[in-house]
Amino acid sequence: MGRTLLFNLLQVAVVLVFAPLAAGVLARLKEMVQSKRGPSVFQPYRDLRKLFHKDEVVSDQTSWIFRFAPYLVFVTPLLVTLLIPVLTDYPLFFAFMGDMLGGGFILALGGFFATLAAVDTGNPFGPVGASRTRMVGFLAEPVFMIVFFTVSFVAGSTIPYIVQQTWVTPLANFFAPSHVLLLLAFLMLILAEGGRIPVDNPTGHFELAMIDESKTLEYSGRGMALMKWGGHMKLFVLMCIYLNVLVAPWGLAHERTLAAVLIAIPLILFKILCFLLVLVVIESSLAKLRLFRITEFLGAAFVGAVVAMISRLFAF
Amino acid sequence: MMTAPTPPSVAWLLHLNALVGGMFLLTSFGLVAIRQVQGCVRLYVLQSVLLAASALLLGALLQTWHLYAVGVLDVVSKAVLIPLLLRRSLHDEIHMRREITQVFNIPTALLLALALAITAFFLSGPMLAEAPHDPAAGVNLPIGLAGLFLGGLTAVARREAVPLLLGLLSMESAAFFAGMALAPELPLMAEVSVAFDVLVLVFVVGVLTRAVHERTGTTAVGAMTTLREGPSV
Repeated sequence: MGRTLLFNLLQVAVVLVFAPLAAGVLARLKEMVQSKRGPSVFQPYRDLRKLFHKDEVVSDQTSWIFRFAPYLVFVTPLLVTLLIPVLTDYPLFFAFMGDMLGGGFILALGGFFATLAAVDTGNPFGPVGASRTRMVGFLAEPVFMIVFFTVSFVAGSTIPYIVQQTWVTPLANFFAPSHVLLLLAFLMLILAEGGRIPVDNPTGHFELAMIDESKTLEYSGRGMALMKWGGHMKLFVLMCIYLNVLVAPWGLAHERTLAAVLIAIPLILFKILCFLLVLVVIESSLAKLRLFRITEFLGAAFVGAVVAMISRLFAF
Repeated sequence: MMTAPTPPSVAWLLHLNALVGGMFLLTSFGLVAIRQVQGCVRLYVLQSVLLAASALLLGALLQTWHLYAVGVLDVVSKAVLIPLLLRRSLHDEIHMRREITQVFNIPTALLLALALAITAFFLSGPMLAEAPHDPAAGVNLPIGLAGLFLGGLTAVARREAVPLLLGLLSMESAAFFAGMALAPELPLMAEVSVAFDVLVLVFVVGVLTRAVHERTGTTAVGAMTTLREGPSV
């Protein structure tokens, strides 16, 4: 019992420590594709350190929500980490505290407060970005629901630790059409939720075109650091869910020893590197969609998810 | 049907065929929703390759050389010759007009397509229950039926000549996708004649489109809904 608690906290530590590294590697890879050198992969750590040492400026027109939101954005991905398999393929201490739907709700809570905080400031760009985030959010919601429904229907469970086993036992299940289509739909969902390129440009500096970034415009110092770190962790957690639960449930620790769990850390980092390579290809070869084309992008994801569902429901 | 335990290789072939079927259905959805003419042509080529892949898998599954021949013929005629013919007869049009106008906007078209696909899956249940069939038909019949409906939707919803034609062609592909599993021993002559029919169809529509283009300066045939009196231009 004590050991699974330890491993569970180790998972949280892994997400906490390596999430900025994943963001740094992604930025570096993108620059390399564009024939530039790019900043060091450790640049996000330096940014965070710098921000933590700076003074924070908070407008006296804002309410408690503005000060509260960064902590929530920072904590919610860590709470989700308690529920999902990051390092082990057996359920850990908190695994049955909540299912995938619970994880989705917790992530959405952070997003909700970030949106409220953006509206809270007098900055005209904050509410614009906030309403756009909501638009993307409610378009992504049906896709998430269908994906969730299909996954739990196929696996007969909503606990991610149990779901991951069903895709590979037997291995032929991996090539079932419902699985492959779900992978596509969930990938599009990650691109939309993570604010990646066909939906949003995370490196853009033009306030009028921003979706996700404009919510952090008013933050400085520690609040900004927490928002940034939380954003890195959210992407990292989404990648972990995608890789460990849906795509490749291999390379997770099977024995209940500390050594096996420690070996699983480089393996998950390797899987995330592979995913980042795919992400770089997507981000470098596509252009950002116009705002009202996002409907079509997520509509396509919805169609993929529904086709996955019906090809499973009507298996003659 | 589910009584005898199936050997693992058969299970694998069935799974791969199901996967190909899923991708086939996705390409049908893509033909309804994608905006670029060039993208439509590429999707059609992909769809034909998937059709051929399903033919080869079913050939291996049912042990008939007919389906191997169908697969090869399919790749040659639909994935190579038809795009070539389209490009030769309508070269400028494919490259110049980038965006296709639609009767419905794209989310509406996608939702309609989804409803049609679900209907197809519902309809094929009783159909499969009527007749004894081999396990692959459980995948190929509903997906082929859905592809048939979606091809029809493409032909209705698009206002551009080339995607209209591709909708018709994808209906033919989908009918074949369903037919392969239901009647694998169809004489090869039928498939050969269909393949040539399709080529002739493409050729005729290509010439027709070219004539329309010369007369009106556009291939957006959706605009041609009223008769014009008086001497022709």
